[in-house]
Amino acid sequence: MWEYTEKVKEHFMNPRNVGELEGANAVGETGSLSCGDALKLFLKVDENEKIVEASFMTFGCASAVASSSALTEIVKGMTLDEAAKLTNEDISNYLGGLPKEKMHCSVMGQSALKKAIANYRGIQILEKPGRIVCECFDVTDLEIIDAVKANNIGTADDVTNYLKAGGGCGKCIEHIEEIIESVKAGR
Amino acid sequence: MKIVYTDNNATTKVADEVIEEMLPYLGEFYGNPSSMHTFGDQVGKKIKEARQKVADLINADPEEIVFTSCGTESDNSAIFSAIHAFPDKKHIITSNVEHPAVKNLFMHLGKKQGYKITFVPVDKKGILDTDQLYKRMTEDTALVSLMWANNETGVLFPIEEIAQKTREKGILFHTDAVQAAGKVVIDVKKTDVDMLSLSGHKIHAPKGIGVLYIKNGLKFSPFLIGGHQEKGRRGGTENTVSIIGMGKACELAKKNLPVVNTAVRKLRDYLQNQLLEKIPSCSVNGDLNLRLPNTLSIGFDAVEGESILLMLDRYGICASSGSACTSGSLDPSHVLMAMGVPFKSAHGTIRFSLSHYNTPEEMDHIILALISVIEKLRAMSPFWKNGKLI
Ligand SMILES: Cc1ncc(COP(=O)(O)O)c(C=O)c1O
Repeated sequence: MWEYTEKVKEHFMNPRNVGELEGANAVGETGSLSCGDALKLFLKVDENEKIVEASFMTFGCASAVASSSALTEIVKGMTLDEAAKLTNEDISNYLGGLPKEKMHCSVMGQSALKKAIANYRGIQILEKPGRIVCECFDVTDLEIIDAVKANNIGTADDVTNYLKAGGGCGKCIEHIEEIIESVKAGR
Repeated sequence: MKIVYTDNNATTKVADEVIEEMLPYLGEFYGNPSSMHTFGDQVGKKIKEARQKVADLINADPEEIVFTSCGTESDNSAIFSAIHAFPDKKHIITSNVEHPAVKNLFMHLGKKQGYKITFVPVDKKGILDTDQLYKRMTEDTALVSLMWANNETGVLFPIEEIAQKTREKGILFHTDAVQAAGKVVIDVKKTDVDMLSLSGHKIHAPKGIGVLYIKNGLKFSPFLIGGHQEKGRRGGTENTVSIIGMGKACELAKKNLPVVNTAVRKLRDYLQNQLLEKIPSCSVNGDLNLRLPNTLSIGFDAVEGESILLMLDRYGICASSGSACTSGSLDPSHVLMAMGVPFKSAHGTIRFSLSHYNTPEEMDHIILALISVIEKLRAMSPFWKNGKLI
């Protein structure tokens, strides 16, 4: 069984701010059914760019639910500028830590928040160049190639440590290995 | 809180009768069964009795029974022995829904020892594509290893028919019957397999005891080379206590086989039909008929398995998502993926596996708990709206 903190368990059993938020003016979505987790974040932002209400809908494991619940509690009362600085570690720390294998749940929270902020500000999040390899963490082949070259990475595990790619559902690990091979072969 | 245990494909309760049988040999009778004194020999006699009881469960001769440390060791021993028997043959066949004890060894042999591996596919009900299997059997094939019953879905493979085909072609055939034992009739006189694996902890014996049936006359190369124990087929002083427990468990399994196929099947069917009726958007994985009587693998759309399990845990309900081995990982199980179960329900699949210790009241407890758990999780899910998957 996963080692969850009491706080994670508590947020999982009694999640805060569940459901669609009426009058939300900032929405961010991340993840998919195939990945095994997905989060839709709703924010209500006032004229001073302060987040006055937040809610979520999550499909996923206990730590995905707890991370989403924690996220909505953390951002309430923040300005968008403050919220934009929030990291996945902040979410994990709020919950007293997450198992290493479940860190991607906090990444998911951070990513949904970024998208919600962009949505409010009317910014189109630019499509990253390259093709998405890791759907869970939105990592492209070009990013992996760059990281492999820059850090002389030899294994898919290390790619996961640097970029999180491959650390979610794991479907793309073979693909990542192929990319490493091709970089090594100088292609 | 009262525990409702419906995870019997992961492991089972050690039967009271089994514990009772074992206890004296854990304490008072600690002799070595090979010793040249009466004190040790009385343990030796008890082991002989146990071997007979194991043989009786599968209609084998006692000399065909070798005790091992677990189902995994039995599987590994069988596969290694088969490839040693035919050093010139470089092709081995299995299915793509095997337990890791077989699947990972095959992948290892493919990667490290240059074996050509065929993973025969299954269809969306989990049924083996036997046409593919027979087509792939060639002169170069050393071994076919296929599970009798799948641990995740309970789906049964046509072992008797496959055994005939492999026999005609002179290819060795091993079957992992770990999940089949005690749930379907196994008769090695009728089903002509060369080797067959059993595991104690799936049939109410303790963990850490396995059996490998090796057909009389079959050339066998041991996996553990050591003393003369098990007629040189498995070195190491016998795990006397567990072997004695395994004997008793096999005797009970034989006795309980009709119960499992009537009362337990009825409980499983009741659970299945009530869930299908009372919870929208859920579906059973695996063929409804060619299936173990105790197993129900059921997928709930738009919710995730770990969340379901942890909430069921609050009701004292023990089940598993996919298989116990995959519940520590984030992938949907390889078995469900091989069957092409869609992601929407694969991630939300729960396996209930019953035993004759379960009661109708427990099924009702599970049904009520699940209705509320699934409702709660779907209220949270971004893929669920107005009573439907979106
Ligand atoms: C089909 C199958 N084969 C093999 C095994 C391995 O048995 P053991 O746990 O005794 O090694 C199991 C149990 O996990 C199983 O379900």
